[in-house]
Order: sequence, then structure tokens, then C-alpha cells
Amino acid sequence: MEYIKKYPKLFQWLFLLIVFFALCFAIDVPETYKFIRGQAEFVKDPNQSSYIFLGKEVRYYAFDVFWRLPPLLGWLPIWINDSLFFLMNEWMPIEFWNEDTQEFKTRPLVLQISRNLTAFMTFLIELIREILLGGLETIVAFTSWDWIDKNPWAELPGLPWTIVAAGATILSYKLSGKGLALFAGLTMIYISIFGQWKPSMQTLSFILVAAPLSFIFGLGLGIAAYKSKRIEKALYPILLVMQTMPQYAVLVPALVLFGVGDHAAVIITMVVAVPPMILLTILGLRAIPPEVIESGRMSGCNNWQLMLKVLIPTARRDILIGVNQVIMVCFSMAVISAFIGAKGLGFNLLLALNQLNIGLALEAGLCISLIAILLDKMSLAWANKQTDYFGNLTFFQRNKNILFFVATVVIGIVLAYAGTFLFKGTFNYFFEVPHNKGISTADFWNKGVDWIFDTFFVYIKAFNTWLIQDVLQPMRALYLRMPAVATIVLVVGAGYLIGGIRSALVVCGLTLFIALSPWWDRALVTAYMATFGVIVSCIIGFTVGTLCFQNKHSASFMLGVCDIFQTFPSFVYLIPVMMLFGITDTSVLIAVIVYATIPATRYTIEGLRSVPIGLHDAATMSGVNKFQRLTKIEFPLAFPHMMLGLNQTIVFALFMVIIGAFIGTEDLGQYILKALSDKKGAGIGFTLGICVAFIGLIFDNLIRTWVDKRKKHLGIN
Amino acid sequence: MSDAVIKCESVYKIFGTNAKKMLQEANGNVDAKKFQDNGCIVGVNNASFEVSKGEMLVVMGLSGSGKSTLLRCISRLTDATDGKIFIEGQDLLSLNNKELIELRRNKMGMVFQSFALLPHKTVVENIAFPLQIKGIKTEESISKAMDMVKLVGLDGRENYFPRELSGGQQQRVGIARSLAVEPDIWFLDEPFSALDPLIRKEMQDEFLRLQEKLQKTIMFITHDFDEALKLADRIAIMKDGIIEQLDTPANIVLNPATEYVRKFTEEVPREKVLLIEDVMDPSTSNDLSDLKVLKDEIIENVAEKILTQEKSVTVIDNNNKIVGSINPTKIINTVFGGRKNNN
Repeated sequence: MEYIKKYPKLFQWLFLLIVFFALCFAIDVPETYKFIRGQAEFVKDPNQSSYIFLGKEVRYYAFDVFWRLPPLLGWLPIWINDSLFFLMNEWMPIEFWNEDTQEFKTRPLVLQISRNLTAFMTFLIELIREILLGGLETIVAFTSWDWIDKNPWAELPGLPWTIVAAGATILSYKLSGKGLALFAGLTMIYISIFGQWKPSMQTLSFILVAAPLSFIFGLGLGIAAYKSKRIEKALYPILLVMQTMPQYAVLVPALVLFGVGDHAAVIITMVVAVPPMILLTILGLRAIPPEVIESGRMSGCNNWQLMLKVLIPTARRDILIGVNQVIMVCFSMAVISAFIGAKGLGFNLLLALNQLNIGLALEAGLCISLIAILLDKMSLAWANKQTDYFGNLTFFQRNKNILFFVATVVIGIVLAYAGTFLFKGTFNYFFEVPHNKGISTADFWNKGVDWIFDTFFVYIKAFNTWLIQDVLQPMRALYLRMPAVATIVLVVGAGYLIGGIRSALVVCGLTLFIALSPWWDRALVTAYMATFGVIVSCIIGFTVGTLCFQNKHSASFMLGVCDIFQTFPSFVYLIPVMMLFGITDTSVLIAVIVYATIPATRYTIEGLRSVPIGLHDAATMSGVNKFQRLTKIEFPLAFPHMMLGLNQTIVFALFMVIIGAFIGTEDLGQYILKALSDKKGAGIGFTLGICVAFIGLIFDNLIRTWVDKRKKHLGIN
Repeated sequence: MSDAVIKCESVYKIFGTNAKKMLQEANGNVDAKKFQDNGCIVGVNNASFEVSKGEMLVVMGLSGSGKSTLLRCISRLTDATDGKIFIEGQDLLSLNNKELIELRRNKMGMVFQSFALLPHKTVVENIAFPLQIKGIKTEESISKAMDMVKLVGLDGRENYFPRELSGGQQQRVGIARSLAVEPDIWFLDEPFSALDPLIRKEMQDEFLRLQEKLQKTIMFITHDFDEALKLADRIAIMKDGIIEQLDTPANIVLNPATEYVRKFTEEVPREKVLLIEDVMDPSTSNDLSDLKVLKDEIIENVAEKILTQEKSVTVIDNNNKIVGSINPTKIINTVFGGRKNNN
């Protein structure tokens, strides 16, 4: 009794666990139950039950309600799908004037809007692509094919790679200095020499369209949300879901709405990239000291002047960090949207992975990572750059970067022209190194992979077998063995103990959605893979973080490493693991672990760093040794921040688990991937995405509530 | 209308969702505690006063006393819940947004505790900012801003960014910016509170020098009673949103209206605050010493001379006219007298 009084929380938790396990043992697995494919395959079978809701028939195998809930939401994907179809093909037919045929044509409104939108996007992408690579489309867009036939000279020539490389170098120099300029130059030369110029520029043109558009929309919506509480309230749940929604899942509806190609990829990238931009815009605007706003008002600003001249410049840094986030998401999407036909490095990467040509995949992955790192560093340098005063500089000093660039353009053109003579009969290497005419290291890597396989095959296989048979399979079986009711009791109980009735209700709603969908088993498999990844990642991340924190330099170094790793598009992580472990669950899990260790490590170091220096001194003066300081002072205070790291770790792990479906897993991700090639996949893909997002949000809600309480308790902000 | 530049008539500011309704029900008799129980926080409670042209009113109060809220009501950075505010006879609360902006662009200047400079603009650009907002051409506004730079003694630093300046220098920029449009009314919200004591004293002297020259109508907010005594023509002491006492520094020191005000005055060295005029006897007699003192002298400066006299001393004004007398015992009483029981 004494203990109960002393640790009431502990006993509440114990009680919850006892109830959970009791339920698990009490509810038996139905004899006819087939795991994974148990509930709702859409095959006709007389044993199935069925119901009709909103005119959609849902067939499913009924089981004990305590064991698995019936898929009462089974109509949702079908309904979403049909609605989309109706919207695209039947809703609001309106007559539109058709330029080509010179007559009115009846078309559904949404279809027309979608077509116009995609045409506009295509134009933007082609414009930038042709500036970089040359081509006809842009001029055709303003004239016609007939006109081109009559004027064969009319073609955008494209910039020689030397000019683009020099431009990137000069811009980097202006933003940050010699170091970044050197990196930019080397990256560009590398890309060119290794024959990746064309796909790189295709990817770049995609990003140069997607990123600014995302920025504009994100900034606009962020400002709107800052200004109006109502808009913020409306946006907030969408933002939350989008933060945890796997990027795969949004591809499928986009496919239906906008078709296949770069334009659809740009639109879908915007959908993914706008939320972080909105969040950072709101964050930045909120962080402005109220006195600065008042000073603007007292200076007589009207609302526009206040926004443009006071608020946005003051929040500049946060807004530019948002730009950085947008660029990172764009790179990630540049690869993933190759699934719906975006050209460029991502497409090559996907193709190479599909052919199991690890060497080629590695080259493409390296290129895209290098460009990502470069743009990441450039945008961060831009964010941190302080404005300089130019008033008393001469014209040359003020414009020297532009002058330099003009000079390089001239030199580049001259070089490219000279190249036509120099490389007569072969390719003009001063203009562009063609895709397969550069140096290639693919063979080397492929041989390396073969060698690794030949040499270590026994060990790798042994490790693989051990992991799968002795760790993963039992864990997976345990997860699948959980009756639905027991899981819900556990999650809701945890919600109640952490955040009271409100949290319990939110968590209950999220869990019920997944439980009532037809994919509960797969959600459990997703959860098991994510859990495994998160546990290992946290152990590694917390250990590495704590060790690195002991020394200032190693801590900064580790944070730098985390930065770079985070810059890699998520897909790139699959390359090395496939290289080493082939196509197994182990590969996916190792990619998950590597990817999810980044936030775990980062937040550990940051959390430990955020312990106030005064407390360090106080502890030292109380005579603690290093270990005592760590356990008594630093860990307790850093723990809330480290838990936020756990939150991020879970999101990262879920993302990678879903992406891992590309290698082949049996979770929700596999269905999302399947939906991509399914004509009626939009609804399924979207609902699946929401399921994954909700898994993330359950933990997000629990962890955040706990952290907020804990922080309040400790009095830290 | 009187010639008051700022005039407040029973101004209330109450934060909370149904503040207006509660205020109506209270019928002018606001009890902060009762409001708080209903989720409303009383910021300003029935404030009425006037500030005349060229006068400096210092509003003194501890944090949470509502002094900043009062200032923000008068600059209409927040809207008062009830009451009337007149700026040069114009009803402030009835102005629409456009008129309000016009008023701020031409008549008002404000200095902030945390300086509130724009981080992306240089010193001179910060100062020129209100002018450019008004629509004045860049060249003209910059040249005008340069005059302000000189006025506050920052020449040579006009192209620095705020981050490169010390706190005192930043506040000089803040002051210059608030003066750039040559406003009639000058609001200062704890302008020197964030500064080190030495710098603060320097800035106070500088501020007095400027006011001597510019003769603005000023509302100055501070939590520092000594600062209030040093600068004010009149002081308003606030507590829990209520103006406890509004009077000249001397009267506040000599006749604190409430127990709360008395607590502030207790530690004040009176000889440094009071003038001869404040303690003299307006009647004269024939039996006076030969010593004559000016009525505007601070007691500290002449106390020694007066205390060497046995008889009362003659008090004269600037025109050498006799206006009263003062007995040495009065000086002793004022400076050392039992403070609790002093009148």
C-alpha cells in the first residue's frame, strides 16, 4: 500500500499492462483466421459477410469483434475513388472553347481545371529545362509546330555546363564564401564528367519549379493563418496529418487528378512541401517581439506595409529555413515521384534499383545527394546571411558577382563554340557531356558488390537468418497476436494516463479509424517494423549522442554528420542496404534504423546541450563526477527534448518502412505501392496513407502531451 | 474643449471575452478580484487625466500595474474597453483605421523598452523608416534622418546595423526614429529600463536636454520612482490599473495619498527632490536673516547655508521679489523628521 501511495502513476501503468495482457490471453485466435490476408480481400466468397453503405458494397470475413473489428470503413476507399472519378469525369460539365478545333467542347469543370493546371506546370518545367538543356517546347508554346518547321533556327540553345557550373560557384561564393564555392564547383564538375548532366538538370529544373511555387503558397497560407485564427484552425489538422503522411500515399490521388509526368510530380511535391513552409512561416511571424510590431504600427504602417516592411523582413530567418525545408522535401519527392513519371536522376535511380544494377543506382544516388547537399548549404547560408551595407561601395564592388557571371557566360559560350571545332565528329564536351559518355564507376561498384557477396555471403546470410528467425518473426507474431480490443485498451489507457480524457479520446479516434479499416493486420506489421527500427535507432542514437556530447568538437561534428545524412533523399538509403543484404526484410529494417537514428542522435545532443550552463556549474561545485552529472542533472533535464527526438524517430521510421515496400514488405506500404499501378487505387492509396499518418499521430499526440506536461513541471520552455 | 493635448475620461481596459458586458453590469464600479474570478483581467481601471502642451507626465507603477496598457490605450495599439480619449480635442476611439494611421504618421512618436529596431535596416534606415512609410522620397527622408542621427549623437555610426550597437546606442536610434516625423506627442514606454545604471543616468540627462530643446507633450512610463522624480512635471502612480495619485513630484513626496504611495516615498531623499518653494512659509515677517535663497533651489544645495542661520531666511523668486520665508527648523524637519508622522 505504501508503494501505491508513493508511486501512484507506476501502479496505474502496471494495472493497464495487466489488463492488456489479460485481454490478450483471454481472446483466442479464431481457427479460420489467416493472418495478413485475413479480413478483407476483395474476392467473392460465400463465407463472407457483407454490408452496403452509401451504395457501396463491402465484403469481409467476420470474426469475433473482440479479436478483429469488422471493416466498417471498408466503403471509404471505394467511395473516395468513385467521388474522384465522378468529380473528374461527370461533375459540372461546361462548354469550353477549343483552340485547335475551333469549336466549343463540353468538359467537366475539374478535368478542365486539372488540364489547364498541368499545361501551365508543364510549360514552367519545360522553360527552365530548356534554358538549362535546350529544346523546342517553349517556343512552340508561344507559336506553333508549323512555325517551327518554317523556322528551323528557332530553338532554345541551352546553357553549356561550364556556365551553369560557374554560376553555381559564384552564387555559392556570394552566399557563403570560398568553402561552399569550392564544393559547388567540384559537385558540378563531378556531375558533368560522370555523364549525369542531363538527368541532373532535369531534376534541377523540376526543383526550380516546385520549390518556388511551394514557397509562395506556403508563405501565403502561413501569413493567412497568422492573420486569421479561423484559417489556422482549419489548416492545423491538415498540417498535422501531412507531417506524418508517407509521401508515397499522396502519389496515388495525384495520379488520378493530374496524370503521369513531371507536371503531376510538381503538383504533388507542392502538396508535400507546402505544410512545413506554412508551419515555419507561422513560427517565424509568431516569434517577432510584439514591440517590433507596435513600433511598426506607431510608425504609421498600414497592414500591407506592416507585413512587407516589418513582419516578413524580421521573420526572414525562419522563413528562409522554411525554404530550406521545402528544397529538402523537393529532393525527396524528386526521387519518389519518379513512380509517376518524373524524369531525371530519380527515374534513373529507380530504374537501376529495379534492375538491381547497384553501381548505376549508386552513381545516380550520389549525384542527387550532392546536389541536395549543395542546395541545402546554399539555402542555409542565405538564411544566416546578414544584410550588408552597400551605400559607399563603387559600382564594380557592388556588382562584381554579376559582372563575373556575365564574363563566365561569355567565356562559356566561346568555349562551347570552340568545342565544336575541337571535338569535331565526336561530342562537344565543352557543351554537354552526354549521359553515357562520361566516366562511369558503375562496373567498379557492381564488382565490389559481387565481391562482398562472394566473400561475406556466409556471414551475411547467417546474420540474416538469425535476425529474421529469432528476432523478427517472433516479434511479428506477437504483434499480430494482439486482439483489436486489447490494443485499443492499451493505447487509450496510455492516452488517459498521459494526457487525461482529452488525449484518450483523440487517440481512441485515431486507433478506431485504423481498426475499422480493412487493413488492421497490415497496420500491425507496419507498427512492428517501425517499433523494431525505433528501438534500435533510439539505443544507437541515445548512446552515440551521449558519447559525442562529452566533447564539444565531436558533438558539433556529429550534428554536421546528421545534417548531411538528413539531406539525402530518403530513397537513397535503400541503395547501400540492398548492396549488402539484398532483397530482404533485413535490408528495409537496416535502412529504417540508419534513417531513424539521425533524429535520435540529433535530439539527444541538442537536448543535452540545452541544459543551462548555470546548472552545470552548480553541479560541478556540488562535487559531482562526470557520470553523476550525466545521470542526475543532464539526463533528467534533457529528457523532454530527447522525447521529441523519439517522436521524430517514429515519423522517420514510419516513412522508411513505407518506402521499404519498394524492396518488398508485407505492410501497409506494399498496398500503397500496389495502388499505384491499380486503376482504382486512388481511394485505397489515400486511405492507407491516412492509416500510416494516424499511427504516427497516435505516438505524436502521446509524446507531445507528455513532453508539454514534463516541461511545465520542470519549468523549461 | 480645454487646451489639453491628451485627455482621458474614465478609461477602462479589461481583457477577457465578455469584458464589455461585465463592465456594463459593474456600472463603473470595477472590482478587479470579482472580474478575475470571471476570467477577466483588469488592465486599466477608470483612468481620467489630462496632459497639457509641453508637459511631461510620468506614469509610474510596478510590473502588472497597467501602466503600459494605459499607454497602449492612448496610442490605440489596443482599444480601450470603455471611456473617452481625446488627442488635441479629437476623439481617438472614433477614428477609423485610415485616420488613425494619419494621426500616427504625423502626431505621434513612440519609444520602446526593447528598442524594437528593425534588424534588417541600418541606423539611418531605421530612423528614416516612419518617413518612408509616410511616402517621403528616399533622399529626402535619409537627409532628414541624418539630422536626427546628429541630434542623438550617433554621427559616424549611421551605417551600422542595430546588432552592432550597444543597448544605449540602440535606444538612441529608437529615440531618433520616434522623433523623425516631428511628432507633437511623444510616448516613451520604459525607454531606459533595459540599460545599465550608468548608461541610464546618461540617457536621462540626454533626454532632459532634448526635451528642453523640443518641448514635446510627453507620456513617459517607468517602474523606477527615482527616474519619475527626476524627469516628471507630474507623476501618476498606478496600482492594479488604478491611478492612486496624480500630482507633482513634490506633492507626492510630501503628501502621499495612499499607503501604497507612501511606501515609495519613504526611501526618497527629500532634500534632493524638494525645492525651497515646496516647504517655505508663504508669509513673511520682518524678523528675517540677511540670507536670501531662490525658491527654485533644491533643498540640498542651500541647506547648509540656511542651517547656519538662526532666524528664518528670505525666499525670493527669479525677479528678486520676496515670496516667503523659511525657518531652519523646517529644513531639519523635512530632511530628518519622523517620516511616518510627517504631514
